[in-house]
Amino acid sequence: MSALPPYATTGQRVWYYAFRVICALIFLFLIIPILVIIPLSFNAEDFFTFTPEMLSFDPAGYSLKHYRDFFTNPDWTGALYNSVRIAPVATLLSVGFGTLAAIGLAQSHVPFRATIMAILISPMIVPLIISAAGMYFFYSRIGLQGTYWGVVLAHAALGIPFVIITVTATMVGFDRSLTRAAANLGAGPIRTFFKVQMPLILPGVVSGGLFAFITSFDEVVVVLFVGSASQKTLPWQMFTGLREQISPTILAVATILVIVSIGLLTTVEILRRRSERLRGMSPG
Amino acid sequence: MPTATKEDGFVVFDHVQKSYDGEILVVKDLNLFIGQGEFLTMLGPSGSGKTTCLMMLAGFETATHGDILLGGKPINNIPPHKRGIGMVFQNYALFPHMTVAENLSFPLEVRGQGKSEREANVMKALDMVQMGEFGGRRPAQLSGGQQQRIALARALVFEPELVLMDEPLGALDKQLREHMQYEIKHIHERLGVTVVYVTHDQSEALTMSDRIAVFDDGIIQQLATPDDLYERPDNAFVAQFIGENNTLNGTVKAIKDGIATVDFGDGTLGEALAVNCAGVGSETTLSIRPERVDIGKESGPNAVPAKVLELIYLGDHIRCRMNVMGNDQFVVKVPNAAGHKHLVVGETTKVSWNSEDCRALD
Repeated sequence: MSALPPYATTGQRVWYYAFRVICALIFLFLIIPILVIIPLSFNAEDFFTFTPEMLSFDPAGYSLKHYRDFFTNPDWTGALYNSVRIAPVATLLSVGFGTLAAIGLAQSHVPFRATIMAILISPMIVPLIISAAGMYFFYSRIGLQGTYWGVVLAHAALGIPFVIITVTATMVGFDRSLTRAAANLGAGPIRTFFKVQMPLILPGVVSGGLFAFITSFDEVVVVLFVGSASQKTLPWQMFTGLREQISPTILAVATILVIVSIGLLTTVEILRRRSERLRGMSPG
Repeated sequence: MPTATKEDGFVVFDHVQKSYDGEILVVKDLNLFIGQGEFLTMLGPSGSGKTTCLMMLAGFETATHGDILLGGKPINNIPPHKRGIGMVFQNYALFPHMTVAENLSFPLEVRGQGKSEREANVMKALDMVQMGEFGGRRPAQLSGGQQQRIALARALVFEPELVLMDEPLGALDKQLREHMQYEIKHIHERLGVTVVYVTHDQSEALTMSDRIAVFDDGIIQQLATPDDLYERPDNAFVAQFIGENNTLNGTVKAIKDGIATVDFGDGTLGEALAVNCAGVGSETTLSIRPERVDIGKESGPNAVPAKVLELIYLGDHIRCRMNVMGNDQFVVKVPNAAGHKHLVVGETTKVSWNSEDCRALD
């Protein structure tokens, strides 16, 4: 928002400042709850509150013991191991199926495109608890309930909508004459896909993949239904941790997850700018 | 340019039809034979079926009926990537994620050429379009004219025998477009490659082509050399579409020795070549080019009264709009030569023509 023009009316002046105040409040309420856990995770005590030592910046009030707990306690390391085992595989499945679906749905001759799209996107719209309950009953019947692949498939289904949406968005700018040009120059469909189409929609594929990864990594409802004790993921462990033993280790985990998320989103943004440059939207 | 026949044509359309919806034919019974090394232009208004024909030749559309032959072999069942036809697309279709050199190298890689051979061929093609120093740039860093040259080089780099061009100059400004017309023409002459060119710009077609196929309504209205097309149009559509044209409506009174005598409705008579008119008593449209009309001759068989409506000074000639036999869009080009006749708006004079310059059409 630029500076106020000299001809602004009183109403416009009031709105100009009110707008800034509203924006500041939104940021405050969104970010403060996340920021406040970061210093708390360095608490030397086993409480969720700021101790007098912390408030007076006494080094004795701070400690890394919750981080140590996270990396040594078998409950937490097991959960981390499960999350790291499930999320990447679920992401790969989401990216593969989501990308193919997006490319297929971009073809004008596919019948019932809107309906198919709506069905594929539905895991994002239907309340999670309903999807989770549905998956529980379905997976129980076919013997997937409580298995590693059950959780992976459930998370892949949750991630596919993100991939479809981001890839479809990049496909909008994709010029169909490029695939024709590739065919005309002698490239078969497979070479055309990997050499021409894929590099151009890659930013959409990667950012969709990151969203799918974060979905799987943060997901608690579905895994509670579909998983068993041996598929206990990080969010599950955090959930039980909050219920059963209120330990600031949760804050340490939360801090680590926040940093990981910021890292991933930064990657998305860098990729997006790179793709814009490639397509000539902004000067290289 | 010898006219190709169905037997020795390099590209042959044999009774080709195309319909997108199974009801309306976009291309109706196309028969076209293109000789090796020929520069053939498909000219027509949008929706006339010319681009569809090009797309069928490239393999991006399939003919509903009929055969398309390339070098004597039917290509209906060959996928686009195995046809070995070069193509310049309307929007260039350069790969944005590759440099210019990588774009040109792509068809050579597909064909399994070695690295050094590829580099030599890419350089040769870039030099041909005078873009030798631009190999390392990306398409987005080039101007429209430069991108057009790269697209041309990419269509030629793998030495196809046939190159298709789909309105390649449409996005360029007038001056650049004219320059590129000559350049494409010269490259065609130098390489001897067969070119099928699609455009809706008649001056582009006249400048570059060996032969022009004028399309309208899914049918070739006339297939002829540029001078034939301009001077001897077969029907009223071609006469209207190519160049500027005046029309006069009348009824055929008599036909003798190929010359039709036409009554303009009020007893005034005029003579014209009987090209495409039915017998005595039928309606006809006379077509005459503005530069073939004389002003001021009082006598002669084709002297018709005319009223000057508008004069536009254009330097080398004066454009005079007149009312002739009820047509108030009748245009005459008066050359701005020494001693030319000075006309005044509102003045009544006579226009006349040689019977051979006026054509009685459908």
